[in-house]
Amino acid sequence: MKQVFGRPESLVDVASHFCPGCHHGTIHRLVAEAIDHYGVREETIGAASVGCSVFMYDYFDIDVVESPHGRSPAVATGVKRSNPEKFVLLYQGDGDLAAIGTAEIIHAANRGEPLTVIFVNNTVYGMTGGQMAPTTMLGQRTTTSPYGREFSQDGYPIKITEMLAQLEGVAYAARVAVDTPAHLAKAKKAIFAAFEAQVEKRGMGMVEILSSCPTNWGMNAIEANKRIETEMIPYFPLGVFKERKGSDFF
Amino acid sequence: MPKLEIREERCKSCGLCIEFCPKGCLEITDRFNPSGYNPVGWMNTEECTGCAICARMCPDVVIEVFK
Repeated sequence: MKQVFGRPESLVDVASHFCPGCHHGTIHRLVAEAIDHYGVREETIGAASVGCSVFMYDYFDIDVVESPHGRSPAVATGVKRSNPEKFVLLYQGDGDLAAIGTAEIIHAANRGEPLTVIFVNNTVYGMTGGQMAPTTMLGQRTTTSPYGREFSQDGYPIKITEMLAQLEGVAYAARVAVDTPAHLAKAKKAIFAAFEAQVEKRGMGMVEILSSCPTNWGMNAIEANKRIETEMIPYFPLGVFKERKGSDFF
Repeated sequence: MPKLEIREERCKSCGLCIEFCPKGCLEITDRFNPSGYNPVGWMNTEECTGCAICARMCPDVVIEVFK
């Protein structure tokens, strides 16, 4: 009998701390498959963020540097510039990348740092207890917006991928989801493309992945999965926003 | 004839595999694993085509598929 599906080698064989139905686990698997596919496990240095995504140092079989909240792009810039032959992987949540680390990601992207950024957007601060993030949907109840997010007070959910796609330094920018098997297949392609942008030294490759957070959304796994299709995708459209083949920089 | 291997001790009973199985081959069992969840079980083995959609949707890589 031939094995048609199994655990990727770069994903350490341990139980994860993620809540039941959380898409972080699925995204970890896709990223580990990409690390295996490009054979960069021994050359990869991760720059971990703060939040549920921080435990990448336990789950990926790679070396990881921990960064202060939101500052992974700055730390990763230092790692990549001092070790340009290494593959540098960023794995950040929306509280990290879209809130406290907005300045860092925008300037790292604008400098065209050849990094691969995996941006997990679940519209809420997960680990710290479900507070409102800049990506929180209008009307969404969180612990810091108990009556629902209102634009007059809190502004609109921020679309990071569209912003970054405008910058010259970004070689690949896409938004994907992992809520259905079809979306999952596209997400895998996008993650591979973001890896290729760095492998081929074209510039920054970033993928925003719409993810569920059943615990902080107050839903079960199936309902949370459906919310991505019904509420998130209409506001955060999926697709590839930028794909630059040639390199202007290297 | 495909074969599924389910690591019951890692299952968190989220039900995403059951939701997306096109043939309805999986069910939540009434057993308990060490974490206190009712793990998923491969019940309707005759209908299974080994498409591995359950394994791909599983956030915890609980299911391995052989064909």
